Order: sequence, then C-alpha cells, then structure tokens
Amino acid sequence: MNSSEALSKNAILGAVRGNQPAAQPMPTIPHFHTNKPTDLVATFRESVARMAGVVVTDQVPDLDSFLRAKFPDAKVICSAIPEYAGTIKPASLNHWSEASTIDVSILRSPMGVAETGSILLSDVELQVNTIALLAHDLVVLLDPKQIVANIHDAYDHPYFKLRLYSLLMTGPSGSGDIGGIVVHPAQGAKTLTILLSPAPKAGKPTV
Amino acid sequence: MQIALMVPCYIDMFYPRVGIATLELLERLGVDVVYPKEQTCCGQPMANSGCYEEARATEEHCAQVFGSFDCVVTPSGSCTHHIRNKFTAGADSPERQNLVRNTYDLVEFLHDVLKIREFPWATFEHKVALHSSCSAIRGLNMASMSERVHDQVFSKPRALLSGVPGLEFVEFERVDECCGFGGTFAVTEEAVSAKMGYDKLAFMQKASPDCIVSSDMSCLMHLQGCARRQRQDIPFYHLAEVLNGVSRSVGQS
Amino acid sequence: MSHPVDQAKNAEKFLAEPVHEPRLDKLLWAMRLRRDAAARQVPEWEELRTLASAIKEHTLSNLSEYLIQFETRATANGVIVHWARDSHEHNQIVYDLLAERGANLLVKSKSMLTEECEMRPFLERRGIRVTETDLGERIQQLDDQPPGHIVGPAIHKTNHDVAVLFSQKYGSDPNNEDTAYLAGVMRDNTRPDFLHARVGMTGANFVVAETGAIVVATNEGNADLSANTPELHICSVGIEKVIPTTESLAVFIRLLARSAIGDTITQYTSSFRGPRKGAAMHVILVDNGRSARLGMKRFWHSLKCIRCAACMNTCPVYRRSGGLSYGSTYMGPIGIIMMPTFEIRKYSELPFSSTLNGSCTNVCPVKIDIHEQIYGWREVMEENDQIQVVKKEAMRLADEVLSHPALYQIATTTVSAALEVLPHFAVYNRLNAWGKHREVPEATKETFHEWYKNHRPKRNEVPVP
Repeated sequence: MNSSEALSKNAILGAVRGNQPAAQPMPTIPHFHTNKPTDLVATFRESVARMAGVVVTDQVPDLDSFLRAKFPDAKVICSAIPEYAGTIKPASLNHWSEASTIDVSILRSPMGVAETGSILLSDVELQVNTIALLAHDLVVLLDPKQIVANIHDAYDHPYFKLRLYSLLMTGPSGSGDIGGIVVHPAQGAKTLTILLSPAPKAGKPTV
Repeated sequence: MQIALMVPCYIDMFYPRVGIATLELLERLGVDVVYPKEQTCCGQPMANSGCYEEARATEEHCAQVFGSFDCVVTPSGSCTHHIRNKFTAGADSPERQNLVRNTYDLVEFLHDVLKIREFPWATFEHKVALHSSCSAIRGLNMASMSERVHDQVFSKPRALLSGVPGLEFVEFERVDECCGFGGTFAVTEEAVSAKMGYDKLAFMQKASPDCIVSSDMSCLMHLQGCARRQRQDIPFYHLAEVLNGVSRSVGQS
Repeated sequence: MSHPVDQAKNAEKFLAEPVHEPRLDKLLWAMRLRRDAAARQVPEWEELRTLASAIKEHTLSNLSEYLIQFETRATANGVIVHWARDSHEHNQIVYDLLAERGANLLVKSKSMLTEECEMRPFLERRGIRVTETDLGERIQQLDDQPPGHIVGPAIHKTNHDVAVLFSQKYGSDPNNEDTAYLAGVMRDNTRPDFLHARVGMTGANFVVAETGAIVVATNEGNADLSANTPELHICSVGIEKVIPTTESLAVFIRLLARSAIGDTITQYTSSFRGPRKGAAMHVILVDNGRSARLGMKRFWHSLKCIRCAACMNTCPVYRRSGGLSYGSTYMGPIGIIMMPTFEIRKYSELPFSSTLNGSCTNVCPVKIDIHEQIYGWREVMEENDQIQVVKKEAMRLADEVLSHPALYQIATTTVSAALEVLPHFAVYNRLNAWGKHREVPEATKETFHEWYKNHRPKRNEVPVP
C-alpha cells in the first residue's frame, strides 16, 4: 500500500473507531432444523424445477450417449470429471475466455441444497472457473446423499473457508430486469441439468 | 366510569357529526363523558412536518387540558398514535406523561377497555368497505398488517363492526395500502396523494360496497374528496357513526 | 450550492404517463406479493429478520476490528486491499489499476457504490470504455439514464422502450418486444466484451471478515463472468457491508432474494476469497460518508441495508412516482434516509416524499426503522432551515392559534378561516393544491365545540380529577 492509501486507511479506521456505537453482542445463529423437510431429494427436485433447472433421477448408464442424445449439436464437451473424457479437459484451455468455445461442460458438485435447489461448485471441481460460466449448457453430477437441508447447513461446508472461488448455482442464468418477467438465459449457461449419481469411490474410474 | 373526550381539530371543524356520534355512543354505553372546552389540537400537523418547535405550545396546552384525566378517548387513530408514540415537542411533566399513558383511540377503548362486542341498536343492512389507517394498523397495532405474514390475522375495528346487525364486509385488494392522505403530504405531494386515493377507491369499488367506513376521519376526508371529484356519491361514515346507529339510509350524502 | 430535488414535481410528470405509472405500480406490487409468498414459506422468517438486524448491529458497533480482520485475511489469500475515503479516491484507484495494465475496457456487474461515486463518467473522461453487464444497468447506460431501482435498474421501462433502444444501439429488430429475444440481444452484444476485457469489476453484497471473502449475488451470472474471465478482478464495496462469519452469511442469503424478488436465492451466489492462478484480485473498501453516518445516533441503522429494494416495492409513493423522480443514487424509502447524508441541501425535501405509513419498516429484512428515520430527517431539515416546502412561519402561526383556545375558536367560526389555520392547509401557499384533484370538505353549520355548547349546556366545564 502506498503512503497516501495508508493515510486513507488510518483516516477511515480512525473515523470508524470514533463513531461506532456502543458494542452490541453477536447473536447465536440456529440452523432451524425443526423445519427440515423429510424427503431431501424430493424437496431438492422441486426447488431446482422452480428455478428452471432439471433433475434427472433415473440411472444414466452411459454418460456419453446421454450427452450426445441431449445435446446432438454439441461439438465441444468439456469434462471436469475423471471418469469421462469428453472432447476436451479444462487443463487444455489457455485462457479463461477460451471456455466460450465450450458447448457443454460436465462437472461434479460436492453438495446440493434442498431449500433452494442450489449446487455447490468451486475452483477445485471446475479447475478453470469459466467452464461453468461461459459454456452454453451445464450438466452436473450430484450424489443425492450430499444434499443438505438448508442454507445454514450449506455454509457449514469447508469450501467457503478454504476455496478461492465457491459458487452456489441455482438453475440456469436468468434475468427479470425487463418487466419483472424472468427469462433464461441471461449471460451464463442456458440450461442446467443435474444427474443424481453416487460419487465414485476414490481411484475407481467408471468410464 | 369517566372519560375525557378529545375531538380532533379537523373533526371539530369539518365533521362534527363524528364527535357527536362518539359522544352519544359513549353515553349510551354508560360512560360519563367530559368534554374539556379548552381543547384545540394534539400538535400532530406541525410535528409531522418536522416542526417540533412549532408544536411545542400546542402539545403543552393539550397536556395541560387533558393531563389530569385517567382516561382520554378520541375517535382518531392518527391523534392517538401521535400522543402515544411521538408526543415529545413539549416539556415533560406529570400531565404529559399521564396523557401519553391514558389516551385511547375509540376503537381501543370499546374493544379493550369496555370489551363491547354487540351493538344491537345500530342495524346497518349494508355492505361495508372497511378502511383502517396506517396509524391504526402499524402505529397502534389495532389490526394485523399484511407485511407480517406469520402474524395472526385480526382487526379490532372489524370485530366491533361485526356486532352491528345486518352489516356485511366486502373484501378488496391491497386492503392495507396507504390511502395517500399522509397529513401535509396531501398538499406537498398532491398528485401522488390524489392518485393513491383514486387507486384505493377503485380497489374498493371493485368489490361493490354500499359505503366506506373507517375509524380515521382524516383518511376519509381525503378519500371523500377524491370520490366527490370523480362524481362518486358513495357515502362515507366514521366507525363511531355506524356503531351509534346511522339513522339516515345509505344513499344520501 | 445545488437546488433541492423537487421529487413531487418529478412524480407529477411520471404520473402523467398513461402507460408507465400504472404498469410500474402493478409490477412492483406483484413483487411485494411475491416477497410475502416467499416469507410465508419460511416459518422462522421473523426470527431471521431479528437475527439479521442483530448481526448487523453487532458488526457495525465493532466495525473497525472487523475491517482490520478482513484486510488481514484477504491479504493472506493474495488479495490486494485498498482504502478509499471518498468517491474521488475510489475512482482514482480504479483508473490507476486500469492504466498500469494499459487496459481501456472495463466490464462490470451492478454496483450501486460505483453509481454513488459516479465512476463511469470519471473513467470515460479518461478514455476508458465501461460496459455495464447487468441487463438493467446496461439498458440505463445505453439510454444515458441513471438506474431507477436498485435491483431492477430499468424496471420502469416497457418492453417496447427496450426494443426501440436496442434497435438504435445494437441494430436489433425494433418490432420484436419479446423479453427472451431482448435478453438474447444483450447476451450476444455483451459476450465479446467479457472475452476481451482484461479488467472486470464487481461490487459485493457481503464482505466476510472471518475468511477475507467477498460475496456477490446475481441472477445473470454477470458478476461471476466479470470476475473470472479477465485477468484482474476489482471489487468495490462500502465498509458497511462487512459481516463477521460465513455462518452469519447464511442468515442474509436466506433473506435477500426472498425480500427482493420472492425467489429463495439468486441463480449465482458466489464467494471470492482470492485470485486465480495467473490472475489478480483487488478489493477497494470505500467510506464515502459511511463512517460519519455511523456516528449519527438517530440514523446509523440505515447502514444495515442489504440493498434488497423491498422497501421500494412496497412503498406506495415510489410506485406512483418512479425511481428517477428522486434524482438520487438510492431511491424510495431507503434513499430518503441515506441521501441527506451525502448532500443535505440537494435532498432536503425527500423526507417529505412519504406518508409515514410504515410499510417499508415492516418488510425490511434487517429491520431498519425506515419511516421513523424519515420522520427524524424532517426534524433535522427544519432545524437546519433547509425546507421551503413547509413554511415555518405558517407552522408558528398555527402553533400560536392552536395553543390558545380563544384564538382557535374564533378562527374556526368559518370553514374558510378554519382552512387557513389548519396546518395541513397552511403550507407554502398551496391551499389550492388540495383542490386540484379533490373536493374540499363541505361547510358545516357549527363546529362540534359549538354543538356541545348548545346541546350539553349543563355539563360542568371544570374537569373532575
């Protein structure tokens, strides 16, 4: 920090210290589990649907055929999961902007949230963050056992303290800025499809 | 029991029938009503404009006139709200403290103190659009507010009017949106005030009421002004008039 | 010295619009109802509001410590933290960061703080092209208008307005007013800037002291794109946005989108703790009057604001006036209590753009006593002689008359005399204002006072204690 910014910092902190009201206590924050839904998967599915996302509960025996059938025009499929090759891997991107060439990104999320229908993504899963942002369509694998009840539970996840980028994504990108009517997509992914699929055991590729 | 009757300045000047109905209703219920003749105003119009210096003498006079009574009743939610929650322009005194503690809106007095629910002398076979003022709802907690979605729904004015034989309520949209009066707002932001009044009337009229009733005459003064300008001759009554028994039939203004 | 904004006159112009006012009123009331429906789904809603308010009050009353904690943690994560006392310092820091990279394009997501600092004109005068990437902000930028609402900046515009604007600026089809089509036009025209810009800017909804993270919530994903595609991410944020912990963040996230638009959460709720490999992240902590506001006993609670705009959606005056009528960065109820802290004279009349109905206070997720503060600001304006709209002399006369029963009774003998003395009407000679759209109350043959004298003559005048 240069010397003029140091002056600003001291001025601001001095003013804040001088003006801050008498200290008030921090409340205890409950997790509100008395209102926990009984069927987390069902609640999760309803929440995702409300935000225009799609949850596939049926077993998908072959990921490649599933993707080819769902996205027949896709030329570039970026796979960020070890068990599927796709056409490219995130590591092959030289710049974050190159993710705009991706038609479909396939990722695994370590956590879903029933209350909102959110899935967690971080720089660990994504490797290159923009593969979740610039790709046209997103397919996300999620172990149903990793769905938590509500947002309080969600923020217990260690990623929020450890990862450099953590995204709770809920449905495909949208905007209600024109007339209050929400349309999809806005700037990000056009569709979001979540496949409920148990997390693979470590070191055991399935495809 | 004895109470002092506070008749708000604008009722004194423009709607004395509301003061008369209040007085007669209370007397009918066996209350000994004293009307201190030196009363003028509670100071709200000046205080609400930020002019608390210019409300001082009026508020002190009000405290002096009413401060020795155990119970003061006024047919105005906005005046009650001002006295109970914002009566700070005048110097503090035992009279002022007394007045703050002992002032009731007529609805509160009937509902909570006298606990009256039946008004058998007051047949009113008409459909009523009931308007409750923002002072009554959010200032005095006389009815639940739509913003607080988990609160038990209740309305003291409605509970009272339910005890009038033949009276029916119509339900209308945006039931607790402000009518637009707002005191000096009615003239400082006249266009918006009038539009809010026109809109409120339109929502009420959609439900086809025979008349419009409120426990706050200031709102009704504004709504009636809007209605008459639009050549709507729907009658407006203060709740006191309905509970006391409106002798003339609906349709005459 | 600037003229006070005449919000009432601006509102009158907006009301004259046959289409725009009824549409905005209906749309935002529907948003208020969506908020109600969302709150109904959360049995603990009122408890969340109480918690959110308490967390903010705790943080603001310990703000210096939390700011230092944030700076320490963020710096350890590789973030460069700057401090800006005012809008000029902020804008200069942003410009310097662009200039040292030789960058002349900035993509940014929505930040009311940058509006407050008037950053865009500052940068544009120095040769920087700035692309707003929030759809509503972009519409307003293209139309050379400030935002009209803090969540939906262009919410006052019809689809037709946007179609015409986009056809002029983007060459799209002026006759296609379909919302999805228009959003697509925006997407196609903005993406190239995302891909080429070397510097991206976001604001922040929350700043988490414990982890050194900034949190941004959007529907579009444009903040994530602005932060993750270019090599430099600048985050500008007001010092009041700090919260202590990730655990406390959950309370606010559960309240924010529900209060704003009636959804449980925004599509993208993102935490940025540090730069990507090969990239840089700078956070600018901005004061710009906030530390001063912290010391205002009656008004510091306005710093709890999480910018949800629920107060605007519920405000019956805002919905009839349109956001642009306030002539300010922040509008509606929260604007009324914030703007005077920036420029007291310019915004001296805003506290009168309210009926004090209290709806705002009761939808505010952090329980700011908005309508009480509006009342408080009226007193401040009167104390500082800032008011033209309400004539102090008229009020003084009213107090004189209303504190002397004899004078009062003489004055009220005729309706016209009464109309002059009653302060509602004794306002800046606008007696005729009442009558523009309303009939005046009818003349009565006697006041209540006179009736009582005639009909209850035997009553003892002296009160029985």
